[in-house]
Amino acid sequence: MSTMTTAPAPQLRQSLTNGRLPKWAPVAVTVLSIALGCGIGAAAGLKSHLQWGLISALLFVAVSYAVAAKVEGRRQAKDRFATSLVWVAFILAVVPLAALTFYTVQQGIAAINGNFLTHSMKGVVASTTPDGGIYHAIIGTLQQVLLATLIAAPIGLLTAVYLVEYGRGRLAKAVTFFVDVMTGIPSVVAGLFILSLWNIVLGFGYSGFSGSLALAILMMPVVVRSTEEMLKLVPNELREASYALGVPKWKTILRIVLPTAVGGITTGVMLAVARITGETAPVMMLVFGSDVINNDPFNNPQQSLPLYIWQQYSMVNNDFGYQRAWGAALVLIAFVMALNLVARGIARWRSPKSGH
Amino acid sequence: MAKRIDVSGLSAYYGTTKAIEDISMTVEPRSVTAFIGPSGCGKSTFLRTLNRMHEVIPGARVEGKVMLDDENLYGSGVDPVAVRRAVGMVFQRPNPFPTMSIYDNVVAGLRLAGVKKKSVLDGVVEKSLKGANLWNEVKDRLSKPGAGLSGGQQQRLCIARAIAVEPQVLLMDEPCSALDPISTLAIEDLIGELKSQYTIVIVTHNMQQAARVSDRTAFFNLAGVGQPGRLIELDDTQRIFSNPSVQATEDYISGRFG
Repeated sequence: MSTMTTAPAPQLRQSLTNGRLPKWAPVAVTVLSIALGCGIGAAAGLKSHLQWGLISALLFVAVSYAVAAKVEGRRQAKDRFATSLVWVAFILAVVPLAALTFYTVQQGIAAINGNFLTHSMKGVVASTTPDGGIYHAIIGTLQQVLLATLIAAPIGLLTAVYLVEYGRGRLAKAVTFFVDVMTGIPSVVAGLFILSLWNIVLGFGYSGFSGSLALAILMMPVVVRSTEEMLKLVPNELREASYALGVPKWKTILRIVLPTAVGGITTGVMLAVARITGETAPVMMLVFGSDVINNDPFNNPQQSLPLYIWQQYSMVNNDFGYQRAWGAALVLIAFVMALNLVARGIARWRSPKSGH
Repeated sequence: MAKRIDVSGLSAYYGTTKAIEDISMTVEPRSVTAFIGPSGCGKSTFLRTLNRMHEVIPGARVEGKVMLDDENLYGSGVDPVAVRRAVGMVFQRPNPFPTMSIYDNVVAGLRLAGVKKKSVLDGVVEKSLKGANLWNEVKDRLSKPGAGLSGGQQQRLCIARAIAVEPQVLLMDEPCSALDPISTLAIEDLIGELKSQYTIVIVTHNMQQAARVSDRTAFFNLAGVGQPGRLIELDDTQRIFSNPSVQATEDYISGRFG
């Protein structure tokens, strides 16, 4: 045995300690690369601050790697390299979002006032005065989205339950396939479909409901997909535990499976709602747009926020129109954001608890 | 309340794979029968055929007869839901319903069967939790989530949930394999108490446990990988562990294989 140990050990580092960059190093590298990036940008006479930023980002990745390689060794350097790439990617993703929100608030806040939120465009000459508001568009959007949700959410939910709990064989595969296909339907095609079926073949006029039908088509596959994923997450053990108590399958689904997944399902539905709230094309074709308040979504044209924004921007097409468009855009974003917050709240509130 | 189980010529399949073959045995009422054997020999599969949980898995099917006293569980017109009400089950991993409180977990079976009266449910909760030796630990926090209990408590909660519907037979699929020795002891004591009222069948990998809790022991084995599992022998636990009639049983128990 002792002869074995005399063989030379492979070239492994013996010491357990190693050079470590101090904790403030990443911050220092960030500051340094931003300073360098701006310096290079200014020196090269680049006008766009975006270019300055990109140079800084590249420098940040390179400097992190170089510094870590020098002090900490190659493995740590790779780690730092990957970490800095993740950070850069994160910032690249967040910057447009933050910029968009900031810009919309900056442009739109001036338009928001009591009058704007509580009045329609009835009797307003849009291109010559700053008057008028979005009340009719808010009413329209709320009603259309609510109707679309009432149609799409139950159908989508039941489809998902079928696919996860019952679906076997050909039919389930076909349903899954068509749901996938539906996910890819462009909104303008959904609008055209309803326009030809509902408005032309069946002869109904423009209405909020007509738009809701198209929105429901867009919403359904999203609801099916998200609900399906949530139901799959419910452990099979819970279903078995319920069966073993002599509970029938339908009751197991209704009382055990769905309540366990309700947080995720609600989030999914809310996100689908948020998605259709901003749809413009089908609304343009089917709801048509209106300057006056129409509280009846089943008869006559209505207005909706996205359509209002488009009309103010492209048809009024001057500063008054732009101002109203930005205001409406801000309200639309706030609405979608509020929906997301509600969805998160519900998900947290309803999620299975393990606390004491 | 307790009933005798009489199995004859039972085979179970997963799709085209035969998992267990031609099993016949009698499980006596008001006793504990333990199933032992190496992994994959079909103990759990066999257990699940006793309350028709086997067929919950897509493609699974069963051939043969399981008599509960004088009713064939696999006879035509038998409702699997009714079977499972009569033959309860406790699983390997504690699985309380995560959305429900301790109270709701215990009465889940009854409530989902349509029992609504609060006084009845209150009584059942106390009786079942006392039956599962959990009452003293949780009586002050019945409205707290069941998932907040420790592993051993959760498993006793699952046992309480299973006995709350007053089954005739209680099947336990390795109920202690996820638990520490103290919780295991609690559950073994509980099994000893429950057997005065129920027919209990327990699958275990722990031979000492089988020796401690069971009156009769069944040894399962399989001839080789891919072969279906078979019942090798069933006898009084005392005899199985001291003087088994089949060599393979002795080899398994003494640790020579498996």
